[in-house]
Amino acid sequence: MAIGVKVLRRPTSETSYVRATLQGMGLTLQHLFRPKVTMQYPEEKSSPDWSISDRWRGTHRMLTDEQGRAKCVACGLCPQICPANCINLVPGEDEQGNRYPLIYEIDEFRCVFCGYCQEVCPEEAIHVGVHYENAEFSRDRFVYDLERLCAQTHPVSTLWDPADPKGE
Amino acid sequence: MTFFLIASIVKILVVFTILMVGVAGLTLVERRVCAWMQDRLGPNRVGPQGLLQPAADGLKNLLKEETLPAAADRVLFMLAPAVAFVPALLAAAVIPFGSPLPTPWGVVPLVVADLPIGFLYIIAIGSLGVYGIVLAGWSSNNKYSLLGGLRASAQMISYEIALGMSTVAVLLLSGNVSLSDIVAGQQRSLATWNVFPLSIAYFIFVVSAFAETNRLPFDLPEAEGELIAGYHTEYSAMKFSMFYIAEYANMVTASALMATLFFGGWDIPFTHWDNGPPWTVWKSLATLGAFTLKTWFFLFLYIWVRWTLPRFRYDQLMALGWKVMLPLALGYLALLATAIWFLHVRLGWVYDSRFALALFAGNVALGILLFFVVDRGRLIGGSVAEAGS
Repeated sequence: MAIGVKVLRRPTSETSYVRATLQGMGLTLQHLFRPKVTMQYPEEKSSPDWSISDRWRGTHRMLTDEQGRAKCVACGLCPQICPANCINLVPGEDEQGNRYPLIYEIDEFRCVFCGYCQEVCPEEAIHVGVHYENAEFSRDRFVYDLERLCAQTHPVSTLWDPADPKGE
Repeated sequence: MTFFLIASIVKILVVFTILMVGVAGLTLVERRVCAWMQDRLGPNRVGPQGLLQPAADGLKNLLKEETLPAAADRVLFMLAPAVAFVPALLAAAVIPFGSPLPTPWGVVPLVVADLPIGFLYIIAIGSLGVYGIVLAGWSSNNKYSLLGGLRASAQMISYEIALGMSTVAVLLLSGNVSLSDIVAGQQRSLATWNVFPLSIAYFIFVVSAFAETNRLPFDLPEAEGELIAGYHTEYSAMKFSMFYIAEYANMVTASALMATLFFGGWDIPFTHWDNGPPWTVWKSLATLGAFTLKTWFFLFLYIWVRWTLPRFRYDQLMALGWKVMLPLALGYLALLATAIWFLHVRLGWVYDSRFALALFAGNVALGILLFFVVDRGRLIGGSVAEAGS
């Protein structure tokens, strides 16, 4: 060999082909009768071995108060911190001086699901959700407006807590 | 004569249908068994337990677009799938699959054509199978396809010799090349099933049959890692499907051949009632069932080995074929002929269970020598060259 490759000879007394093959066939035959690990997806979404993490960051959800209004106070922190610039917020104010969002849209295609919006929100209004089935028939359906964000029902993500890094 | 014609046509139709249904079933069995071996479930959505999956696959292949490479040799490109497909079916014609069936017009032997040279016919038709593959590889005008075709021809020619040599051993014992007589010769008792007196020949036959049908660990002609899909890279839709069907039909034929040559054909073990007249319909059905079971066992063996072993390297394949299989088959043949001559001529034994068991003892001794002494890194070479070479 041109380059200095160290060649290790196999000990011939330990090598075999036919017997190793038979051992391998024994192994595959055992696997034939073992319990299967396949999760039959549309019907089964979690199993005793596996379920989706609480910290999964999926499409957003806006929490609402007792009157069914969005908790958002249109402070503008989430569009400010959003690294993908995917949140469109136009603030408004009512007669009592309460701020509320006139327009609150999230473009889920631009979103990188970093979860900063949830982290920064002082009212715990906007959340990333534990949710992954997002198929739509057209692209513009991926811009979620306020009504749709409030209507989501999936669980919200638990953010990583530096004081409890393993989530215990 | 009319009866013979009608009976033959009916038998051809029945065998063709069974073979095609078997191939369809085998594609599903292969996918499910491989899934089970990998702790998965496999296709189980189309119909109960995925039973209609082959129908869905067939429909998909019929509806897909046919592609024709611009630089391909049109005629050969069109012809190649048929050339691969036909010999795969033809070989099934001489395999007896049950005891003779009595009908109101006479007794019908359950074999499409009981050729007196049945065995030679199978060897001859079996070698034709390589043409479809080589033509497909060459006519595609694609380097990978051509390499696949070349590998196929080299591989099939190499292993055909070992295959032929291993079956000569069967002929030595049965003294006849008609498959019906070979089956009849194995019916004396379980011990006279050829797999016992001819174990090593059976081993060589199985390995060569795997190579002949291009199944793993010998699937170098298609070697998807190196050659994309080898000879059928350029084929799509039903033409591709034809190669697929041909491969599986070849497997069915090879499995049926293993059952016929080495496992007593349609003989039911431990009984004698199925071996002689009076023939009844129940006997035919029972022996047909026995034959089907044996064939499916070997089909399972094919799948089992495929999902156990990795593919050989090309030089390992050639080394195994020419340096191990061929000398082994030749040497075994010489030893076997000597043993038969000694037992038959010197000791005056006639061929029966005692004769077979004596040969079996010899085979076991030879097998131990082969698998525990010779098979020490010598059957399949390592992956590095010798130092200094």
